[in-house]
Amino acid sequence: MSNYRIQGATGEWEVVIGLEVHAQVTSNSKLFSGASTEFGAEPNTQVSLVDAAMPGMLPVPNAECIRQAVRTGMAIKAEINKWSRFDRKNYFYADLPQGYQISQLYHPIVGEGELLVEADEKAGIPEDKVIGIERIHVEQDAGKLMHDQHPTMSYVDLNRSGVALMEIVSKADMRSPAEAGAYVRKLRSILRYVGSCDGNMEEGSMRADVNVSVRKPGDPLGTRTETKNVNSVRFVMQVIEYEASRQVDVIEGGGTVDQETRLFDVATGTTRTMRSKEDAHDYRYFPDPDLLPVELEDSFLEECRASLPELPDAKRTRYTDELGLTPYNARELSAEVETFARFETLLGAVAGAIGKPEAKVATQVANWTLSVAPGVMKMLGDEANAEHATAEAQAAILKMQDAGEISGGQAKEIYEIVLKTGREPTEIADTEGLKQVSDTGAIEAAIDEILANNADKVEQYKGGKDKLFGFFVGQTMKAMQGKANPGVVNQILKDKLG
Amino acid sequence: MTELTNLGIKAIRDGVAKGDFTAREVAEGFNAAVAEASALNAFIVATPDHALAAADATDAKRAKGEELGAMGGVPIGMKDLFATEGVQTTAASHILEGFTPHYESTVSSNLWAAGAGMLGKLNLDQFAMGSSNETSYFGNVSSPWRKRGTNAAMSPGGSSGGSSSAVAARIAPAATGTDTGGSIRQPAAFTGICGIKPTYGRCSRWGVVAFASSLDQAGPMARSVEDCAIMLGAMAGFDPKDSTSLKVDVPDWEAALSADLNGKKVGIPREYRMEGTDQAILDSWEQGKAWLKDAGAEIVDVSLPHTKYALPAYYIIAPAEASSNLARYDGVRYGLRDLPDGAGLQDMYAETRAAGFGDEVKRRILIGTYVLSAGFYDAYYNQAQKIRALVAQDYENAWAECDLILAPTTPTASFPLGSLDADPLTMYLNDVFAVPASLAGLPAMSVPAMLNSDGLPLGLQLVGKAYDEQTVLDAGLAIQQRSGFDHAPEKWW
Repeated sequence: MSNYRIQGATGEWEVVIGLEVHAQVTSNSKLFSGASTEFGAEPNTQVSLVDAAMPGMLPVPNAECIRQAVRTGMAIKAEINKWSRFDRKNYFYADLPQGYQISQLYHPIVGEGELLVEADEKAGIPEDKVIGIERIHVEQDAGKLMHDQHPTMSYVDLNRSGVALMEIVSKADMRSPAEAGAYVRKLRSILRYVGSCDGNMEEGSMRADVNVSVRKPGDPLGTRTETKNVNSVRFVMQVIEYEASRQVDVIEGGGTVDQETRLFDVATGTTRTMRSKEDAHDYRYFPDPDLLPVELEDSFLEECRASLPELPDAKRTRYTDELGLTPYNARELSAEVETFARFETLLGAVAGAIGKPEAKVATQVANWTLSVAPGVMKMLGDEANAEHATAEAQAAILKMQDAGEISGGQAKEIYEIVLKTGREPTEIADTEGLKQVSDTGAIEAAIDEILANNADKVEQYKGGKDKLFGFFVGQTMKAMQGKANPGVVNQILKDKLG
Repeated sequence: MTELTNLGIKAIRDGVAKGDFTAREVAEGFNAAVAEASALNAFIVATPDHALAAADATDAKRAKGEELGAMGGVPIGMKDLFATEGVQTTAASHILEGFTPHYESTVSSNLWAAGAGMLGKLNLDQFAMGSSNETSYFGNVSSPWRKRGTNAAMSPGGSSGGSSSAVAARIAPAATGTDTGGSIRQPAAFTGICGIKPTYGRCSRWGVVAFASSLDQAGPMARSVEDCAIMLGAMAGFDPKDSTSLKVDVPDWEAALSADLNGKKVGIPREYRMEGTDQAILDSWEQGKAWLKDAGAEIVDVSLPHTKYALPAYYIIAPAEASSNLARYDGVRYGLRDLPDGAGLQDMYAETRAAGFGDEVKRRILIGTYVLSAGFYDAYYNQAQKIRALVAQDYENAWAECDLILAPTTPTASFPLGSLDADPLTMYLNDVFAVPASLAGLPAMSVPAMLNSDGLPLGLQLVGKAYDEQTVLDAGLAIQQRSGFDHAPEKWW
């Protein structure tokens, strides 16, 4: 259980959070028209007759959007409704050409599911927690008003009008800003795994309506507020922190929390009233008579299920159980599509190059992927050319390291040169002298000389002062200018010292 | 050339194909007839050039020996609810006055592809809401018919009143109509012509200004059953742009037409004997039974027990859908914008819609908004949907005993314009016999039966099973052959 509490004048308060996440469905065309969905086009260049609600125009569902919603539902282990229906949500606004939004109130396409938020002590999540998901429904986005184009009038851009959104509605299961933040990050990760949403919060592909209420622990639920259109994980957490303490202040000041819609002000980190319950619209929902119910065939559902990739939780478990990675590494590697893709590609390349099972090289590749490679890249900054960061080059480096031909330090140095120049790692190792000496003759000669020059220490070692072994290793490496293979050095020293 | 304007679709098409006359001669004849008939106010705009261009294209094809199409050389009237590219499309409203679409409705496209041309855009009740053609922003349409011995302007019915008036007056050989709760059949009955509303989904709704999406269905209005069969074939067909379009082949109704009804059972619904129905209407119904029996059909009594609930349910469902469908007329993107100085968005909506919609449209938007509101939705909209399902079930039960149903189209003949102004409910009763088939989505046709003692036409309605337009048309043909109805109104315009 979360131990997050607001300290009020009258004692501790618990915060109760539910999120409605709007995720733009990845699709080339809109939910009910063939118009493009690309971000950043000139205003009103991606608008079909349907999107502009010209007289007599009719919506035709885009099967790809339905498919993506179903796959997303499957990814959160949800019940898929084989019969669903579109409803009209009626209200007037200049960015809503039809005068209604086509949505799904009564019969959403996806029913109850769940999402696992993993324990993260540092973030304030002491243990794993399952967050319930109420439903996912599919709906149209609205257009956008532009208030800065004319001194007295507002302009309308309909490029987004009709773009498909999934509204993913959580249960009021979250109890801290950290849990809510982790929920959004995990949801984003799943959407990106599935490929149903690009998760790009800056471009508005994903945004959240944040429902917050407070109560004394054990009391019934308090009155909630809904803060609309919050577009980053950090802001979601800020909204909850601000709203929770504001509501505590209101209640402890003798007032009551109004059930209302609020707006988040990014500049001040605060929320303010957008419209109160009295001004709430009566949306007059009813089934859209232009559309038939959505009826899903078993074969379609099977195809959707078969097309799902390995999902974050399964991947994490496989990384720890089959590849032997630490839970930390497994979580870090599986969080983002780009990260696990880099890891798995490199893992395959390294295992193939060395000729060992993946499990035998996984830890080495994991450390390289999470720590060594990003470290080198970061250090080089602009000098690095990311195009040179190929799996082949990195596998060649890790293969040399595995064979004892180069040290960890040399691996980094070689990778630096690779990133700057794109040269072959083995060629770099050869021509730049970045290789360990494994030639036993040369090492033996150096060791013989060191032992002869330090006869007293040899005596002390043989007399039981084991710690001196490190001294001999150090002397040898120094004599070999750091290029001796430490394994070979150790072996010869052990043999000679008996 | 006046005699050419007495011809219907089949006669024109076949005459052009044979070379008896040219399509241009036909178009010119009708263009002239349209120009002379402004007293009827049947057209909002005339498009003589469209008709001539299509005619010339047909004549050129004939010269090259090419196929002329099912409607080759036939100029028609287009109800001004269909979007026509480059030609003002208003739904007879002020809010869309001057709106010129850059697109063509599927139905009109199909007709042009079949060789038809357009004489003009026909007047109608505003947004197809009305049963008398008195709600158009562009003025009432007069029926060409007059009550014997009077000069009072009579209603051509509604909402396809421009269509019925033009076809009855022989200023168009045929016209498109749309039927939401009787808007093809009732005006056809009032003006002594034929009109069929096909199975819901036969004709694409794409590009047709929406009234009530779950009920709206386009169909032909013409002076013979054969002409309706030909024109419906040209209008119908699956359209991927309309999600409710039927994905079925269009039969060749014209080729299969047969007035032989041997083996067919015709159901007579006892619930249609309603109070307030004219005796002349009941008499024509009896006559209709006799004609169908004569054509070989067996007449059986059937029951459609939920009939009396159909009209109230219709007047909940249709306005509910309309209140939402008409929300797009908001002054933002096209059509009328009324923006007083210093006004905000809400003011613009209020001013634009107050000025842009007529009283009947406003009445239905208010009813529709009310029945969908929180707290009333279950009591009205949901109940009405349940009734709709029961009405459809009534027909399913009846089909166990019969193949089609014969009933009057309307409870009365046409009435003088202005006579029902004060009482919307009485006006709504006009559709009492037409609405049940609309709620069930079934094909239904009105064919003229006779004139009443006032010299006004009366129609008979045939309702068939879903997809079975053929049986409806066949029975219509049987009635047409026996009634010999060839009355035309005396020209006064």
